[in-house]
Amino acid sequence: MTNPNGRFGIHGGQYIPETLMNAVIELEEAYNHYKNDPEFNSELSALFNDYAGRPSRLYYAEKMTKDLGGAKIYLKREDLNHTGAHKINNVLGQALLAKKMGKTRLIAETGAGQHGVATATAAALMGMECVVFMGEEDTKRQALNVYRMRLLGADVIPVTSGTATLKDAVSEAMREWTSRIADTHYCLGSVMGPHPFPTIVRDFQSVISKEIKEQMLEKEGRLPDAVIACVGGGSNAIGSFYHFIEDKDVRLIGCEAAGRGIDTFETAATIATGKVGIFHGMKSYFCQDKFGQIAPVYSISAGLDYPGVGPEHAHLHDIGRAEYVPVTDDEAVNAFEYLARTEGIIPAIESAHAVAHAIKLAPTLSSDKIIVITVSGRGDKDCAAIARYRGEDIHE
Amino acid sequence: MSNISKAFENGKAFIAFVTCGDPDIETTKAVVKAAVDNGADLIELGIPFSDPTAEGPVIQGANLRALSGGITTDKVFELVKDLRKDIDTPMVFMTYANVVYSYGTEKFVKTSHDIGIDGMIIPDLPFEEKEEFADICHEYEVDLVSLIAPTSENRIAMIAKEAEGFLYIVSSLGVTGMRSEIKTDLDSIVKVVRDNTDIPCAIGFGISTPEQAKKMADISDGAIVGSAIVKLLEKYGKDAPKYVGEYVKSMKDALR
Repeated sequence: MTNPNGRFGIHGGQYIPETLMNAVIELEEAYNHYKNDPEFNSELSALFNDYAGRPSRLYYAEKMTKDLGGAKIYLKREDLNHTGAHKINNVLGQALLAKKMGKTRLIAETGAGQHGVATATAAALMGMECVVFMGEEDTKRQALNVYRMRLLGADVIPVTSGTATLKDAVSEAMREWTSRIADTHYCLGSVMGPHPFPTIVRDFQSVISKEIKEQMLEKEGRLPDAVIACVGGGSNAIGSFYHFIEDKDVRLIGCEAAGRGIDTFETAATIATGKVGIFHGMKSYFCQDKFGQIAPVYSISAGLDYPGVGPEHAHLHDIGRAEYVPVTDDEAVNAFEYLARTEGIIPAIESAHAVAHAIKLAPTLSSDKIIVITVSGRGDKDCAAIARYRGEDIHE
Repeated sequence: MSNISKAFENGKAFIAFVTCGDPDIETTKAVVKAAVDNGADLIELGIPFSDPTAEGPVIQGANLRALSGGITTDKVFELVKDLRKDIDTPMVFMTYANVVYSYGTEKFVKTSHDIGIDGMIIPDLPFEEKEEFADICHEYEVDLVSLIAPTSENRIAMIAKEAEGFLYIVSSLGVTGMRSEIKTDLDSIVKVVRDNTDIPCAIGFGISTPEQAKKMADISDGAIVGSAIVKLLEKYGKDAPKYVGEYVKSMKDALR
């Protein structure tokens, strides 16, 4: 769906300082070469399968299905991947690409820490240097992941500018990249930023929908009626949607973090509350004030706490191909606990946003309908924060 | 030929950057006047943005101070209107694409023209994306200033050929801010620029001392200074105009 200038409808593009232009052009050329290179693809497949543990399972959540009394629910278990989230798919692809390009150093931004951990993991595996930028606020919310990254040999740099969350980590990683391009690849963690990142990240994540399709055909002999995933920047969602975009009967539903509600200022639901703007290298929807100042967004989930959304999602919204719904902190926390008790699966608080919407949707559908929820990551990292949300102070 | 060319008629140009509304509008007004009175040939007025990704810590701080002081795009336009009563020195806006786009690009550019702004610098708008802004800028006779970076290499000629107003040559990799040493081979960049355009070029990023300014202006048509001036505002606040005046004089004297 990308045109040559990296546009998805009116969205996307390359709104970045001139200093970075040759770097993204070099990246695009390298990607266009390697994506069709059999050797690159067989190396990546081997990493996906033998190292990350793909294909991830498509699990029939029978108890949940019976409990909700409506559509049949399947869980796409990205939480079972090595490092515990879908982030590893993109990172293995980008790290391998960077290595082929002769880069020796990976930098990354991270929100919840899952992308940072995945990048630190790939860097350790491939013998590359790694620096991760993380909002200071998030280093506190996700202290365990900070430790994991350091254990894996990465430098974690707490970012104190702005709201000290994910958007500031992205800004700081971009600043770092402008100062050191020759040996450094910016391993962007979501389907956002300047072209070609939204396309590259989507392609590496599209393995999720490729597998869902194959697994669903094998188990049910047909396609699902709906695919549900959470959306921050939107990488697990686009990965879950991509191979279904042309299958118009499959509903694609992205769940945004509404925080304390879309009628409050403490929200990160970009499509519900934002307007079209230009930021972090792309044209897309952003939470902003009337003068274009980026809003300080909020969500209980550090991974969805971002004021923008990837340009392909913005386009899928514009053309009505995908639906985007807001899910509050409360709903997500309830879903987090519900999935733990009902299926014995503790989802990441990000993924719990998708589970929450499925809990609402499933009972409205008949039992011959099928829903797939992408459980993008595991929730161990969130236990302390959810305990605090419930008024219990536990120490990690 | 736009008004910007006047900035380069008085020997090597000294271009001063100020963040509007840091710490308040009155101080910005006084700082601009002090800079002009002491020889600044062109004023770059920064319209604050919440997330200035091309700026180092000094100008990031100025943006935050200005925004928490309540500056808005409309207030910046009022400020420029006031300044234009007293000074005819060329002035350009420096701001991020979203500030222009969210205001309505045409409304922003038309207002800029009406209040006497001569050009715009948008650091997150590279050559490939400039068209949607450039067409409107041409209609209202506001120059869209292009930047060239140390990494531009094969892109320099392409950018220079379509340059308007002046060319902003970025001295070093990275973000704005003071540097003890500038290592880029600027001579060869300027040579390619000269081969492709008659538009003047000035060098910015990392310049703070009169010696650096002279060195940069010797190989180009002028020197651009931002962080060093903003640093004076950070230090002296409302008392900064006097210090900025003295500083600009020392810089311009080095270029004469």
